[in-house]
Amino acid sequence: MSENKKEMPQELKKRLRTAFNEEWRKELRKSLPAKERIKIPRQKMPERDAEERNKDFYEVNLGLEAKMAKAEAQRCLDCANPQCVTGCPVGIDIPTFIKLIEIGDFEQSVRMIKETNSLPAICGRVCPQETQCEVVCNLKKATGVPVAIGNLERFVADYERINGNVYIPPIPPATGKKVAIIGAGPAGLTVAGDLARKGHKVTIFEALHIAGGVLVYGIPEFRLPKKSLQAEVEYLERLGVELKTNFVVGKTATLKDLENEGYDAFFIGSGAGLPNFMRIPGENLIGVYSANEYLTRVNLMRAYEFPKYDTPVFLGKKAAVLGGGNVAMDSVRTAKRLGAEMAAIVYRRSSVEMPARAEEVHHAEEEGIEFLFLTTPIRYFGDEKGRVKAMECLRMELGEPDASGRRRPIPIKGSEFVMDADLVVVAIGNSPNPLIPQTTPQLKVGKWGNVEVDWDTMATSIKGVYAGGDIIRGGATVILAMGDARIAAASIDKYLSNKK
Amino acid sequence: MAKILQRKRLVPNIHLLEVHAPEVAQKCKPGQFVIIMPDERGERIPLTIGDWDEKKGSVTSVFLVVGTSTHKLSMLEAGDEVPVFVGPLGKPSEIEKYGTVLCAGGCFGIAAIYPIARALKEAGNKIITLLDVKANYLIYWEDKLKAVSDQFFISARDSYYDCKEYIPNTLEKIVKKEKKIDRVVSIGCTYLMYTCSEATKPYGIKTVVSLNPIMVDGTGMCGACRVTIDGKTKFACVDGPDFDGHLVDWDELFSRRKSYFEDEIQSLCYWEKETFP
Ligand SMILES: Cc1cc2nc3c(=O)[nH]c(=O)nc-3n(C[C@H](O)[C@H](O)[C@H](O)COP(=O)(O)OP(=O)(O)OC[C@H]3O[C@@H](n4cnc5c(N)ncnc54)[C@H](O)[C@@H]3O)c2cc1C
Ligand SMILES: Cc1cc2nc3c(=O)[nH]c(=O)nc-3n(C[C@H](O)[C@H](O)[C@H](O)COP(=O)(O)OP(=O)(O)OC[C@H]3O[C@@H](n4cnc5c(N)ncnc54)[C@H](O)[C@@H]3O)c2cc1C
Ligand code: SF4
Ligand code: SF4
Ligand code: FES
Repeated sequence: MSENKKEMPQELKKRLRTAFNEEWRKELRKSLPAKERIKIPRQKMPERDAEERNKDFYEVNLGLEAKMAKAEAQRCLDCANPQCVTGCPVGIDIPTFIKLIEIGDFEQSVRMIKETNSLPAICGRVCPQETQCEVVCNLKKATGVPVAIGNLERFVADYERINGNVYIPPIPPATGKKVAIIGAGPAGLTVAGDLARKGHKVTIFEALHIAGGVLVYGIPEFRLPKKSLQAEVEYLERLGVELKTNFVVGKTATLKDLENEGYDAFFIGSGAGLPNFMRIPGENLIGVYSANEYLTRVNLMRAYEFPKYDTPVFLGKKAAVLGGGNVAMDSVRTAKRLGAEMAAIVYRRSSVEMPARAEEVHHAEEEGIEFLFLTTPIRYFGDEKGRVKAMECLRMELGEPDASGRRRPIPIKGSEFVMDADLVVVAIGNSPNPLIPQTTPQLKVGKWGNVEVDWDTMATSIKGVYAGGDIIRGGATVILAMGDARIAAASIDKYLSNKK
Repeated sequence: MAKILQRKRLVPNIHLLEVHAPEVAQKCKPGQFVIIMPDERGERIPLTIGDWDEKKGSVTSVFLVVGTSTHKLSMLEAGDEVPVFVGPLGKPSEIEKYGTVLCAGGCFGIAAIYPIARALKEAGNKIITLLDVKANYLIYWEDKLKAVSDQFFISARDSYYDCKEYIPNTLEKIVKKEKKIDRVVSIGCTYLMYTCSEATKPYGIKTVVSLNPIMVDGTGMCGACRVTIDGKTKFACVDGPDFDGHLVDWDELFSRRKSYFEDEIQSLCYWEKETFP
């Protein structure tokens, strides 16, 4: 799935330049010379002890304290040419929000962020900063250690929530135009926020009973507490966004039905909700889960509080999680927290090819997660009750790079071995959810079932219908979903202003 | 939140639940189901749609009380609300003119089969209805079903009815007596659907069953509802729930349905202790 690297928009460049030349910024730059700034060490994110946290579901990272945040902000050189901004898919004015932290104006700082990113508490936590904004930070070039942009973003967002002083921007008079958004994941929520702020009437239709998409059913509490998500959803509701949960578009109503009800434009943000399996013998034994099911039981349905909550989940003693991405890391760390004596990642490539964020892998290692690299299961064995008890694996070696640029794993003949496992979580990816394409005949989809869009506008093959996030990309990231969403929102706004 | 319009006991251990859900009611087709969650701490469970009323905006299901969720549902009263009521889910049953169709239902399946029998009747089929109950006082919706049936049979194990046998035996007798049965539709507990499929297999009569594996989301997102049909894995909530009974891997379904047996007992005990201290 292609995606064009975009030039920084002219308008953003101008905004950055104006802010850069403001008097207070000049003063601030002068107050501490760059050579002093680069001496300040990166502030380490305070985190809970590994042996304590691997038994509960409270958040691992505790967040920076105000003093640390200010010190971290001082490290930022306030560059004339801030490369960091080019790495952020939603184009946050990073130097300005950081400099506002340096002078202690946290409230203004978060408002600044929210002009372009309505979910800072979430991005600050789960964005792959190390490969987005921080990798291009000039300070990284100079010293090897970039400004902790994500941690600072999280800091101001939490500050605003904890102090309860959430700023609601002024909303222009109603345009009388109605927009239907399908899916309350990060993509849908972002489009909703942007369009509500333009005065359009926005309704989000969500299949599950809580908004958030993967943020609520997939990413665990110990990495993204539900309360930070809830605050962001409440914020949208205060902007006038209507949220209709328990509504499956394609089933409860089709896109066409909604159009007949008077919606003027649509955004499809229905995500990549179809779990992939390996199609090997024994995969339907009891105790073999898709990561979606395992994490949904635990997060959305709160099986970790069973029997207070009614939904059960298996508590494996020996848990094997297949895959090497964030989803696999979340699953394996969840299994550990639910009492597994052994919780292992089983990955067919080696550690360097793992797509999971470095921080997650590091946290997992600290928590006692084991890693079996260059290994893949080929069949499962069950007991007399049909419950999985072991799996046969094959060792792999790495061959030539494949289309993704990663070296392709090749099975080693005769390397079969059996390992015990009474809980298996298959985390080898998801495909786009087919419900909407199936019930929307004119909607053009690609060969993986992804909705096809024009990457400059996010327009689909149907007029007035836009799409973004995992439904067009397959499994991607929160911030890419939000980047798509911002482009889509701008296109929808334009489309609506031309529509009679 | 969806409002309960009516909850009443039909026969011992089987209740009817009518819910205000105008959007769902507009879209219902025979053979589809809803997912309901009885309260904020509850589980999402599927119930087949037994009937609906577009004008009133209501959807009716009939359920058997087995564990925590269905116990909770059985205590709801008109005016109460449930946090999740979503649907209609699953593919609708295939409705065509086949000729003679035998509808075999038991337990909650008596209600679940009703809209299918009605639609098949409207499509011009001859309908033979066969219901299975342990004893005569467990039968409900007899009038509704009779109204859409050309022939009507009951297989029961008490002396009230003249036939004291299990449903596959009655089914086989009817199949032998009727020269031509073009299709069988069977809904009820897994065992009933399994035995009905086994009974029709030697006669090569296409038998459609409505499978009831454990579900979570009901929209194809989790894969909890995996069943094996003709050697291939299917997700019952989106590929079904209707499948060809002769192609189902029944052993796997029986076993997967028992996945959480011990947890279910623990859950029910916890709830009883909390609710009836
Ligand atoms: C366990 C896990 C961990 C992850 N960790 C990270 C991470 O650390 N960092 C990161 O950047 N990314 C991470 N990701 C990826 C990231 O969460 C996704 O890329 C992102 O959520 C995609 O957003 P979206 O809005 O496109 O879709 P989703 O978040 O999938 O939301 C789609 C929503 O649409 C709803 N929906 C679907 N179909 C319908 C329908 N027919 N009608 C109504 N509603 C519908 C769904 O219920 C869902 O709520 C992770 C993903 C998972 C699963
Ligand atoms: C498509 C479909 C339609 C159904 N229609 C009806 C109906 O119309 N009337 C009716 O009485 N029952 C129906 N069922 C079965 C019903 O969902 C279960 O009886 C119910 O979930 C039991 O929940 P519990 O908490 O009361 O019992 P528990 O004690 O939790 O479970 C009892 C048994 O029910 C099954 N079960 C448990 N949880 C689930 C779940 N989340 N999803 C599915 N099955 C589960 C298991 O086999 C379990 O052993 C249907 C099931 C499916 C899949
Ligand atoms: S949203 Fe993500 S990429 Fe953008 S600045 Fe924040 S952490 Fe960096
Ligand atoms: S590139 Fe790095 S140092 Fe420069 S403004 Fe951005 S965050 Fe600050
Ligand atoms: S119930 Fe989750 S995929 Fe069918």
